Amino acid sequence: MKTEFNPPSGKILQISGKCISLIGNDIDTDRIIPARFLKCVNFDSLGKSVFEDDRKTLKGRHPLDLEENKNASILIVNSNFGCGSSREHAPQALMRWGIKAIIGESFAEIFYSNCIAIGIPCFTLPKKSIEDIQKYIDNESLFLEIDLKNSLAKSKDLNFILEIKESSRKMFLSGEWDATATLLENASLVEKKFKELPYTKFGNI
Amino acid sequence: MSQDTLFDKVWDLHKVSRLPGGSDQIFIGLHLIHEVTSPQAFGALKDKNLKVKFPDRTVATVDHIVPTDNQSRPFKDNLAEQMIETLEKNCLEHKIRFFNIGSGNQGIVHVVAPELGLTQPGLTIACGDSHTSTHGAFGSIAFGIGTSQVRDVLATQTIAMNKLKVRQIWCDNQLSNGVYAKDLVLHIINELGVKGGVGFAYEFAGPAIEALSMEERMTICNMSIEGGARCGYINPDEKTFNYIKNKLCAPKNENWDKALLWWKSLKSDDNCIYDDVVKLDASKVEPTVTWGITPGQSISINQQIPSLNDLSSNDQSVAEEAYEYMGFRPGQTIKDTPVDVCFIGSCTNGRISDLRVAAKVLKDKKVSKNIKAFVVPGSEKVAAEAKQEGLDKIFMESGFQWREPGCSMCLAMNSDKLIGNQVSASSSNRNFKGRQGSPTGRTLLMSPAMVAAAAINGKVSDVREFINK
Repeated sequence: MKTEFNPPSGKILQISGKCISLIGNDIDTDRIIPARFLKCVNFDSLGKSVFEDDRKTLKGRHPLDLEENKNASILIVNSNFGCGSSREHAPQALMRWGIKAIIGESFAEIFYSNCIAIGIPCFTLPKKSIEDIQKYIDNESLFLEIDLKNSLAKSKDLNFILEIKESSRKMFLSGEWDATATLLENASLVEKKFKELPYTKFGNI
Repeated sequence: MSQDTLFDKVWDLHKVSRLPGGSDQIFIGLHLIHEVTSPQAFGALKDKNLKVKFPDRTVATVDHIVPTDNQSRPFKDNLAEQMIETLEKNCLEHKIRFFNIGSGNQGIVHVVAPELGLTQPGLTIACGDSHTSTHGAFGSIAFGIGTSQVRDVLATQTIAMNKLKVRQIWCDNQLSNGVYAKDLVLHIINELGVKGGVGFAYEFAGPAIEALSMEERMTICNMSIEGGARCGYINPDEKTFNYIKNKLCAPKNENWDKALLWWKSLKSDDNCIYDDVVKLDASKVEPTVTWGITPGQSISINQQIPSLNDLSSNDQSVAEEAYEYMGFRPGQTIKDTPVDVCFIGSCTNGRISDLRVAAKVLKDKKVSKNIKAFVVPGSEKVAAEAKQEGLDKIFMESGFQWREPGCSMCLAMNSDKLIGNQVSASSSNRNFKGRQGSPTGRTLLMSPAMVAAAAINGKVSDVREFINK
């Protein structure tokens, strides 16, 4: 973890930063943040424990521990990243380490929605493109400037289009990824729905 | 696009609005909370100066961090004590019903809610836990959410979500003797892959599913998420209604009749449309054991660990990682693999029927020397029922430790953990690296009956050799 952590807020239009590659399919949220770190009543201290067991095993050779990745903020992953437990602690830990966006072949469903809910855009690219980027990063630094409006990633050598769910993209552009306010706006519709539901007439639960 | 499935009916009924971004605002009929994923959500409410909108629609219990040896307060672990105190305080402040330790109704949230009759057909159910899919066994649409969404449910009783596609998994014929719901769901995950269900709700159907008890159906839906599906469900039938009837929070008297009428209308229509249908033959499923580091890496008890050539290119890299981590060779049999720890419990297999099956295998037998074996009932109710039936004695006489209810070594947030690279035979749901509390610990997932058989022999065994004698 680097400088003081400032969570994202409002519209997210652009993210730029250095890429860091983490190779492997089916990386689960227990690996991202082992369960013993879930014993907390806030997320503040999670950044330093992200991938703790993998990092200990690799004794300083884990991508997150390499000097050249110290200031990286765009994570490049493979398929089914974030599978398993629904713990939001996983993306919270990544975010507190410094990750601002993730590009991968595919994401597990709950991890993906947790990322959206805390302001980390997750983009997808075909398997081959991800592997090409990861190979490239092996040898050279890759800085990307991601423009959410056009789903476009630019580097010094090339431009490419990133895939992102349209609803997620729109939420980042409007700031509605931080959903509470939007949901609250429909309070009267919620009340109406509550009264319409058959089971609310079956007595108290 | 699916049409007229139970999923479509329940989703459409709970849709409050289409949000500007294009996702749906969905009303949550029942919100379950526990100590691990809720404190930050309550903290966020406080920061935003918001109240809990429908406190009657949220129910709490404590499960993940509770010790299973000594539950007297304060807990020995200060952080665990702090977490339960925070939940107690939040529930009191926001007038949320809380089933605490000693209430007679505490336990793993996905065991407790069905026991109380809170889990009912046609509800949307959310909880900050991925195994919320369990509740789909009753024909509800139930899914895990993260803490920010817990905050949203507390504040608005709704969340923003994209509608899922629906895949029917049709299971023909019947499971054979000695083969259980756990084996079937491990088989399904192996067939469809750990990410096969991403973007889908799984509808489990067919004669093999209809024949299952409610508790077995919960085991199936519980592990939908291990196949990538955030939500899994089964159309409700007479078994569902009989299970719910007379439970504490079930509708009573004339409300029961009204509920029943509505519940019967919910099942997927005969001419409904699925986004995908997969068929499999349940009679071909054998006792199944995982050998790797994802729940999809499983084989039948008499099969050999696959070699890279047996696997698709997508599965090869994780397989290589698994061989190395587990210390297994391709071609090795899983049967006779020595185990160190045997764990029966969890939201997958910690219910009374699971304990009964395991106790039947263990009766008049002894756990093998040097094996640490322990059973953690899924709830206080399960524990009480087991004691009434004398199951606790059968377990203890065989050499199992009898513990207090909680999640325990399924995720090892309390002091129940593997040590070093111990191998555990576990009735839980995840065999991820480090999952059971040791960064090098190794987990073999299997049915509770198979865990009992492994405990007796000290190695992975075919439970059919015990029950078919």
